[in-house]
Amino acid sequence: MTARLAETSAISKRFVDNLAVDGVSISVSAGEVVGLVGANGAGKTTLIRMLLGLLRPDNGRVMLFGQAPTRATRRRLGYMPQSMGLYQDLTVAQNLDFTARVFGVEPPRLEGDLASLGDSLVSDLPLGLRRRVGFVAALSHRPDLLVLDEPTSGVGPLARAELWETIHDAADAGAGVLVTTHHMDEAEQCDRLVLLSAGRAVAVGTVEEILAGQVTIEATPADPAAALDLLETAGLPALPTGAHLRLPGVSVASVRSILGDEVHLSESGSSLEEAFMTLARAG
Amino acid sequence: MSFGFTGVTVELGGTTAIEMVDLDVEAGAVTAVIGADGAGKTTVSRTLVGLLTPTSGTVRRPSTDAIGYQPEAAGTWRDLTVVENLSFVARAHGLVTGTDRQQELLEVTGLGAAADRLAGELSGGMRQKLAVAMAMLPRPELTVLDEPTTGLDPVSRAEVWRLLARAAGEGTAVLATTSYLNEAERASHVVVLDNGRVLAAGTAESIRESFRGLLGVVASRPEGAPAWRRGNQWRVWAREGPLPAGARVVPPDLEDVVTASAYARREAR
Repeated sequence: MTARLAETSAISKRFVDNLAVDGVSISVSAGEVVGLVGANGAGKTTLIRMLLGLLRPDNGRVMLFGQAPTRATRRRLGYMPQSMGLYQDLTVAQNLDFTARVFGVEPPRLEGDLASLGDSLVSDLPLGLRRRVGFVAALSHRPDLLVLDEPTSGVGPLARAELWETIHDAADAGAGVLVTTHHMDEAEQCDRLVLLSAGRAVAVGTVEEILAGQVTIEATPADPAAALDLLETAGLPALPTGAHLRLPGVSVASVRSILGDEVHLSESGSSLEEAFMTLARAG
Repeated sequence: MSFGFTGVTVELGGTTAIEMVDLDVEAGAVTAVIGADGAGKTTVSRTLVGLLTPTSGTVRRPSTDAIGYQPEAAGTWRDLTVVENLSFVARAHGLVTGTDRQQELLEVTGLGAAADRLAGELSGGMRQKLAVAMAMLPRPELTVLDEPTTGLDPVSRAEVWRLLARAAGEGTAVLATTSYLNEAERASHVVVLDNGRVLAAGTAESIRESFRGLLGVVASRPEGAPAWRRGNQWRVWAREGPLPAGARVVPPDLEDVVTASAYARREAR
């Protein structure tokens, strides 16, 4: 891989009695899209704020472009918060103009189907277009590192495909991209993933690496509801899927011991979501 | 018993929120309505429970006291404890002796240990499970939950879906909305909404099988064919005829089917 743009080494952050981030090490290199996956409260936003230099870690170290975060490193960052950081009562052009002036650059040109939107109020745009404008604003000073908080959350299928195209284009042009999401299907768009659970990184790697060796048992009981009860009482989490129950990260023997020898069981690879459940439980 | 819509259109403040939507919510099964923000999920929920009146079409639903409804991001009283939340619902339904049912729901939700904690102090996952338990408590004929899993981690989401499966197991017709396409697998029937219209409906499997044409994987953006990016590769869709040279055929997943349908719809407009 090429230059490491951002790196955290075992950083932690505590808020009163809540250890929000617990010894997390991640890195983002030029040209790659790294996904930070976890639920609300897993520590994604705290981690990002430390990485951006907006929050100081209690322990550990953050390096941006080979140095500690400063005002100067911020110029090389593009950040799109979940709220998109746009002023709702300004037009698209006014928003882009404002952002460009803050960074002392020329305002970006609006292209494609965004071209006709310059005079539209941001608040009048549908969510998908608003997210794409937020993205143009975050990219306007050609940052080396892009940090995107839930960039496609709530967006329809086509707008989502288009947003991902733009994100990959930015990475292909050499930027490093860090994306947070709690959508597992989005995670599969990333080159590398960091799974965050209760403030800790429980897995790091490509989708293939994370899924390697992760097995889910599929049970087809005659009475799924009764089987679900038995499994739950025994502390085995089962996912009802059609007429089957899927049990990530458990052994055939343990399922047999609860559901008996008659029930039909088969073994298959885990989905990313199932792997996450197994890893979060173990972590 | 089946509840739902036949050709329902709802106009709100001059705009069409949902248009000609058909929906079947069957007793003993979980139906998922999946869509992005603004796709019409909340309008579907509110219309089904009777809070909105359709402009046209027919709505089938039981009487109001046989409906359990949890609106989006609400449904629990934060200043009441878990038990107080449940008993409030019980009393509102006139179930003075509903304590066995409360106990049962505390057990299945795993909230027994948190029974005396304020709802406002629960984690997001626990609070959502409480909300589902409150909707289940009076054993309604129809339970409607608007985005019960939004923002929850995969583990909590799975737990909420297990609760919904349990509610269906009690004979209730369950409708849950979600923005997570991969949750389609958890439901027995799925309706995918886009811009207020049904993009696809059926079981997850039948939706995947409804894909027409060929789907391929290529390394770079192909010319002249609908294509969308997946990680480092492109999916390319050939509705008729062969795929571009060098494309490897792959089976479409739900995301592909939905993206392709959205493409086709945009071109038809």
